[in-house]
Amino acid sequence: MSNVIGIGAAPRRKEDFRFLTGRGNYVADIKRVDMTFGVFIRSQHGHAVIRGIDKVPALALPGVHAVLTGDDVAADGLGSLPCGWGIHGSDGLPMKEPPFPMLAQGKVRFVGDMVAFVIADTLELARAAAEAVVIDYEVLPSVVGVLEAVRPGAPQLFDDVPNNLCCDWELGDKVAVATAFKKAAHVARLSLVNNRLIGNPMEPRAAVAESNGGTGHYTLWTTSQFPHVVRFLMSALVLKIPEQKMRVVAPDVGGGFGVKQFHYGEEAVITWAAKRVGRPIKWVADRSEGFISDRHGRDHVTEAELALDQNGKFLALKVVTLANMGGYLSTFGPNIPTNLYGPLLSGVYTTPAIYCNVKVVFTNTVPVDAYRGAGRPEATFVVERLVDVAAKEMGIDRVELRRRNIIAKESYPYQTPVLVEYDSGDPMGCLEGALAEADVAGFAERKAASERDGKFRGLGYSTYVEACGLAPSRFAGRLGARGGLYESATVRVHPTGQVTVLIGTHNHGQGHETTFAQIVSEKLGVAFDNVDIVFGDTDRVQFGMGTYGSRSLVVGGAALSKASDKVVLKGKKIAAHLLEASEHDIQFEAGVFSVAGTDRSKTFQEIAGAAYVPHDYPLEILEPGLEEQAYYDPVNFTYPGGCHIAEVEIDPETGIVALEKYTAVDDVGTVINPMIVEGQLHGGIVQGVGQALYENAVYDDVSGQLLSGSFMDYTMPRADHLPNMTIKTHSTLCTHTPMGVKGCGEVGTIGSPAAVINSVVDALSHLGVLHVDMPATPNRIWRIIQNATMPLAAE
Amino acid sequence: MRSFAFHRPTTLYEMSALLGGVADSMPLAGGMTLLPTIKQRLAAPAALIDLSKIPQLSGISAQADVLTVGAMTRHVDVAESELARSKIPLLASLAAGIGDPAVRNRGTIGGSVANNDPSADYPAAVLALDAMVVTDRREIAADAFFRGLFETALDPGEIITALRFPVPSAGGYAKFKSPASRYAVVGVCVAKKAGKVRVAVTGAGPGVFRVAAMEAALERTFTPEAIAAIKLDAENLSSDIHADAEYRAHLVTVMAKKAVMSALQTS
Amino acid sequence: MIVSFTLNGRSRTVEIEPSTLVADLLRENLNLTGTHVGCDTSQCGACVVLFDGEAVKSCTLLAPILDGGTLTTIEGLSGPGGSNALHPMQEAFHQNHGLQCGFCTPGMLMTAVALATKNPTPTEAEVRRGLEGNICRCTGYQNIVASVLAGAAAMHAPGSGE
Repeated sequence: MSNVIGIGAAPRRKEDFRFLTGRGNYVADIKRVDMTFGVFIRSQHGHAVIRGIDKVPALALPGVHAVLTGDDVAADGLGSLPCGWGIHGSDGLPMKEPPFPMLAQGKVRFVGDMVAFVIADTLELARAAAEAVVIDYEVLPSVVGVLEAVRPGAPQLFDDVPNNLCCDWELGDKVAVATAFKKAAHVARLSLVNNRLIGNPMEPRAAVAESNGGTGHYTLWTTSQFPHVVRFLMSALVLKIPEQKMRVVAPDVGGGFGVKQFHYGEEAVITWAAKRVGRPIKWVADRSEGFISDRHGRDHVTEAELALDQNGKFLALKVVTLANMGGYLSTFGPNIPTNLYGPLLSGVYTTPAIYCNVKVVFTNTVPVDAYRGAGRPEATFVVERLVDVAAKEMGIDRVELRRRNIIAKESYPYQTPVLVEYDSGDPMGCLEGALAEADVAGFAERKAASERDGKFRGLGYSTYVEACGLAPSRFAGRLGARGGLYESATVRVHPTGQVTVLIGTHNHGQGHETTFAQIVSEKLGVAFDNVDIVFGDTDRVQFGMGTYGSRSLVVGGAALSKASDKVVLKGKKIAAHLLEASEHDIQFEAGVFSVAGTDRSKTFQEIAGAAYVPHDYPLEILEPGLEEQAYYDPVNFTYPGGCHIAEVEIDPETGIVALEKYTAVDDVGTVINPMIVEGQLHGGIVQGVGQALYENAVYDDVSGQLLSGSFMDYTMPRADHLPNMTIKTHSTLCTHTPMGVKGCGEVGTIGSPAAVINSVVDALSHLGVLHVDMPATPNRIWRIIQNATMPLAAE
Repeated sequence: MRSFAFHRPTTLYEMSALLGGVADSMPLAGGMTLLPTIKQRLAAPAALIDLSKIPQLSGISAQADVLTVGAMTRHVDVAESELARSKIPLLASLAAGIGDPAVRNRGTIGGSVANNDPSADYPAAVLALDAMVVTDRREIAADAFFRGLFETALDPGEIITALRFPVPSAGGYAKFKSPASRYAVVGVCVAKKAGKVRVAVTGAGPGVFRVAAMEAALERTFTPEAIAAIKLDAENLSSDIHADAEYRAHLVTVMAKKAVMSALQTS
Repeated sequence: MIVSFTLNGRSRTVEIEPSTLVADLLRENLNLTGTHVGCDTSQCGACVVLFDGEAVKSCTLLAPILDGGTLTTIEGLSGPGGSNALHPMQEAFHQNHGLQCGFCTPGMLMTAVALATKNPTPTEAEVRRGLEGNICRCTGYQNIVASVLAGAAAMHAPGSGE
């Protein structure tokens, strides 16, 4: 059949047209009849007791419908925001899980914590009313850093969480690691900080809610990566609304990166408030509001040690990390620095023994949760930095040290000492490919040219792996997941043979409408243009866990593949009847059902037509219609990875680091659409470059104020910060997903911070520099150079 | 936004009458600072007096060795002005480096100078070039105009109408811009005229200021090397999450050298 | 107050509060929601429109200023009357995968059109510099830069009508 665009092709994206012409439908674009506007009053203090809230002056203003507070939430008997993961500490006890009220009750725990919700006829009136609400705070000392938070005498966020310690978590064989360290010829040690980040999708979070007094139904439009999960968590656990009466719609969403994959208090408050005021309500976050309320990412302080034998073979790895959770446990919070971190410390190496201890700590900061990569960039950074430190200290070339420890392609499947089994991979192939692509051979010449200009040039490697395609439910359940992590897809074949796919993942930039249509086009032989993908609406799509953790193609695509197979299976039964042949003799290829060895055939359209007009149809054994659904729960994670090589030039006079070249050779398994994969890599890499060179969420450690609370102070990567990158794939197929796919959404962000910082350290290595914390800002680099050259200058 | 009235005078006379007569009114130039300030509810004027339709306030002209730039002349117009490029190239290149293209299409020189943001670019040029700030009431020498953080010699309701820049024999501006905001972390403008040198620094402190030691050194020898060893005392400089005071002190020297280099190349 | 201006080729007269920002006028009063608002400090560029042919941030422009002027928004960039014919710059973004989530795209396109109008043959560095006021979180800019280069060439190709 013509116009089949299948796996491996690069059609331009189906979703582009509406975005290019200003016809996207984002939450902030939605208007409802009689709509009111809501404004959240947020704590301006990092830590304070709420002594009283006077709503009266606000309620006296014209057009003000309500001022809702934590007391109103309590009076209505509503639940608190649930945490989706319950981890256990090394003592076997469950993590401390203090309630996270949707509006603060008695106390605020971070700047941005929600205190009240004001609803008025217009946004301007709501803002004025919010200013009129008088809140009496008793300000308490704040603690924002993890090291400070666990010290004796630190301010305590919760009465029943001593030392602000949520959980003292561990993984691996402590005894085996200790034994290996005793035998080591060399131990490389590193203290590092993984800087706090703010995801900043370009679309600020927003929500519109309404309730139908006649039917008891509610609708919430929200900027979410997983509307079904929001519906479940909010209706069942927070608002206690019958799940079937709650519709959650996540229409076009302007970027997520994890920031929109949580159930936020705003969603629950606005839905509840819409019922109370009896009018639709709209809330759109200002960017400055987003900075202090969107969940943050990363924020680790780590001590790591790598034991090596005299030949540079890794013997054992020991990592101790303090991870910042912020003021409360967010939806995935405690899972990120533990289950998504510890198991990745094996990297692409044959390290036989690993021990990891993570102290999960509350502080007076925005709750920390998943941000693109989530745990895995942190793990990769630890491992890849340590490898470079070890290489330098032992006098072994960095690439050679990696070669000596990389898991050979033939050794897959490979069971690591930290839970996971890598099914496939070829890290050495990625490394060799990247060395060639990056023209490493020509580096010495480029470095010499930089030196002639008074500049320092450095090259940095990151050979890495990630675990994604979240996730095998049974495995995740053992680790503390409180939900399933499968995905669902329905393939609805219309009487015309055209197809609508209903899928539980959410497309907010990843190109699902194109990639998924390619899968269906190939599997059913239907024209690419005749396949539409529907997502993001709990009333249209059966169920789904949403989009995060590079799971959409891996888990959702697998469900779609399975559902398509079921359509073919049923089509064969119909064809067998129409062609008067045995079902086993029916072949399906390129959109045509035929009887093997004959010229008798029926097209896919004819079969679809017969299914819906069942005049000549095996009704005794087969239902009419052609629509199939599949749920897919993966048997393992997938393990994309690769080798990234960064090349930087540093101006020692100003400390400016210029990223000059960037090369990535990645193994993402089967590539459905190479154009989209490359785009995902570009964006992912730049987010990692942002962490390495620019981005930093900084709190004032006395007041708990966020100092980097706008684009004036939080440096987003811009077009003029970056070079063109070289992206290649070197794929091995995933052995357990239906199409061999591994996922590509996060690889860029996971591999790049280490590659960039390794190149920065390399550029400064002649000064004896062994480590540079992120972000490598001009001020920081200048300071490092000053300190390194100070004795020289004093001579 | 909070509501306010809007007036659009077409003559200076009408403008002055409105500014004097309408309570809590503020003049609106390009609005690049004022509108975000109102949006964030940090200012609440009762009326804005838009200056964009007063013809006398815009345009660039030159008489002998003075370049006159109308207060409402936008950054893009200065950046692209052949007259500015030929008479005072540093002014055109400074304007081309302010903010981003959309900001340069609205922001004006008068608005920038009147606002006196401690990280703005223009104040450094005004001070280094020893420009005359012309208002609807008087003329104010640059040295008397800037009075620290967002403070100037302007009286309430007084409006800058133009800036008169003496054409230097050599001059340059170098900026270390914030990668986030694009404002100057440190910007240094150097100008030489009739044997005298003026060095003005923006971004580094609570307001634009001159560096006498560098001026003296450059008057002796107008080369980057002449000031390479002159370091400002960090104690008086700003410190924030992007740049500590010591680093800013260092950057002043680095940017001053670059500015001199640029002056030598363009003169 | 009454404000009259040309919007996407048609003259419009609107009655507004003087304190209305152009972004709000477009999105709230005129239901032209293609212009997006991504920040409150005039940094992100999602709201860029063309005013008298020049790129400006509609979140930092008062609607009364529009009086007597010409405004072009993303809705007015493609063919007239809701036709599906894409502007060469839109087509270039489509062909070069210059967008992902689509939120920054309208501002990016308007900035790109202004850039290519002013500079018909920009270099890659000029494009990167010209986009410094537009933040994209998805693409890493590489395909946007390629799109703008291709779009500029197409806008000025013989027979393109530009």
